[in-house]
Amino acid sequence: MSEQLILAADKIAAPSISYWALLPMLILLGAATVGVLVEAFVPRSARHPVQVAVAGLGLLASLVAVVALAVGDHARTGTTFGIKTAPNVVVIDGPALLLQGTIALLGLISVLLIAERSLEPGGPFVANAAVVAGSPTDREHSASADSQTEVFPLTVFALAGMMLFVAANDLLLMFVALEVLSLPLYLLCGLARRRRLISQEAAVKYFLLGSFASAFFLYGVALIYGYANTVTLSGIRTAIDESPSNDLLLLLGLGMLVIGLLFKAGVAPFHQWTPDVYQGAPTPITALMASVTKVAAFGAIMRVLYVAFQSVRWDWRPIMIGIAIISMLLGSILAVTQTDIKRLLAYSSIANAGFILTGVVALTPAGVSSSLFYLIAYGFTTVAAFALVMLVRDADGEATHLSRWAGLGRRSPVFAGVFTFVMLAFAGIPLTSGFSSKFAVFSAAAGGGAVSLVIVGVIASMILAFPYLRVIVLMYLNEPAPNGPDIVIPGLYTSFALTVGVAITLVLGVYPGWALDLANRASEFVR
Amino acid sequence: MNPTWYLILAAVLFIIGAVGVLVRRNAIVVFMCVELMLNAANLTLVTFSRINGTLDGQIMAFFVMVVAAAEVVVGLAILMSIFRTRRSASVDDANLLKY
Repeated sequence: MSEQLILAADKIAAPSISYWALLPMLILLGAATVGVLVEAFVPRSARHPVQVAVAGLGLLASLVAVVALAVGDHARTGTTFGIKTAPNVVVIDGPALLLQGTIALLGLISVLLIAERSLEPGGPFVANAAVVAGSPTDREHSASADSQTEVFPLTVFALAGMMLFVAANDLLLMFVALEVLSLPLYLLCGLARRRRLISQEAAVKYFLLGSFASAFFLYGVALIYGYANTVTLSGIRTAIDESPSNDLLLLLGLGMLVIGLLFKAGVAPFHQWTPDVYQGAPTPITALMASVTKVAAFGAIMRVLYVAFQSVRWDWRPIMIGIAIISMLLGSILAVTQTDIKRLLAYSSIANAGFILTGVVALTPAGVSSSLFYLIAYGFTTVAAFALVMLVRDADGEATHLSRWAGLGRRSPVFAGVFTFVMLAFAGIPLTSGFSSKFAVFSAAAGGGAVSLVIVGVIASMILAFPYLRVIVLMYLNEPAPNGPDIVIPGLYTSFALTVGVAITLVLGVYPGWALDLANRASEFVR
Repeated sequence: MNPTWYLILAAVLFIIGAVGVLVRRNAIVVFMCVELMLNAANLTLVTFSRINGTLDGQIMAFFVMVVAAAEVVVGLAILMSIFRTRRSASVDDANLLKY
């Protein structure tokens, strides 16, 4: 029977592709390719400014394209928007457009942080990654003002993969997008200028665990293909509706798929890589991973769960609730014990992943829109936090150990003031985006009937407030350490990134209405 | 021959790979175990393609092969760089980052 089907398949119609809808991703992939060519043809001295221009303009053009798509679509169809393109494989709907816009804007800010060279000569990236760390040649190179400019095309490739990841309506495409976003990130983790051993170790850990998780994702895809005979999300949905039995293949496949996705999002108990990689990676890359990758991963989780597996929600919902509880509690309790600011922010990101999951399992439109809002708010605050971490430096580079931060409030009141604001936003104090976003996800979860989650969430946020307040106390009330770190005056790029991050944190806290409204209107997945 | 046996074989290969990742200490061997898991997924895809009578699974196997090749390039580059610094490929020696 299978031979007949295979013979009948010779009349394959060419798919109709709406290139207009794919434009944001095509622009990014084009910019990344141009970046690779720049590496080959532009002399070394001129590469950095050219690469910054190519990556920055590419991301800006991509952002404009996303906005144009959203506005144009909105004008044409009214309240909701959704374009299916490349039949059923890529879906450009409300959540996809909103997340793509967020990814482009956060990516642009991260690229500015990556491009910053005024904090130390040559910037945060190694001059020559192929040279053995600690060798005489390496010491010679590290004094020079060169840096590996391949980071720009790699970053743009990763961002293009993330944009595709949130729009993928097909598990195979989602797997390819997952790898397109992961592979450049593995490399970027290992390219720090200072503390190269730690950086390389972070890259190895991220790579081994990341490919382990991708293998789970792929095996899940294979099992679901066996169950549904298709890997498009809408096809899986139809297959589940037609045979409502709890098939072992389906549940096993779903479980493995979700493991792969939760790993990327850094949700406990799949979080083990997060603190090590966040600490070891160059800080601008940590900012990129903590904000943009999280946005992309949760976008994909929501699409998979809401579009394909809506019908078996009573099977996955209790498990996801359990995972959200573990993530919130584990992240917040372990954050209390941290002595390194980057690790502290890493554990806080694990707890925040739990908060976002709280919105996801609400299973209501409000759940989707509040999760989207949380992702936007959290992304910008995180980028601002890591941009600030980049500024505290001593002779060895960034001084990330918390004991070195004692008394920074007296050395630099402006820095301490801004960092205090960011910490308060993380802690969820009113008039910051942290409050409005936590309020949104908790009220959505309560509305969706997951009251247990809300109780655990509030307890976790109280525990989590402690490490943040400890940093504030450390900065203001402790004596400054002798020969402590200096606050470097940020250059234009970092200042701009920091201003955008802090401004959005403030605006979303004082006046969250418009963003919540935007998230509400964009919260409908096309099925 | 009943194609279900291939599914069982693939599941066994996948479990061997997963256990290998968790217990082996050499980073290269860990990486080979990940590749074994990807190939187990490939075998599953192709077998389901045969059982279901559609070509999608076989096409997907090609995509997976390409992605796995790209992963090998990136992975070996990272492992080489750390091996040249440390003169060791053991995952136990990479222990600077903790707590």
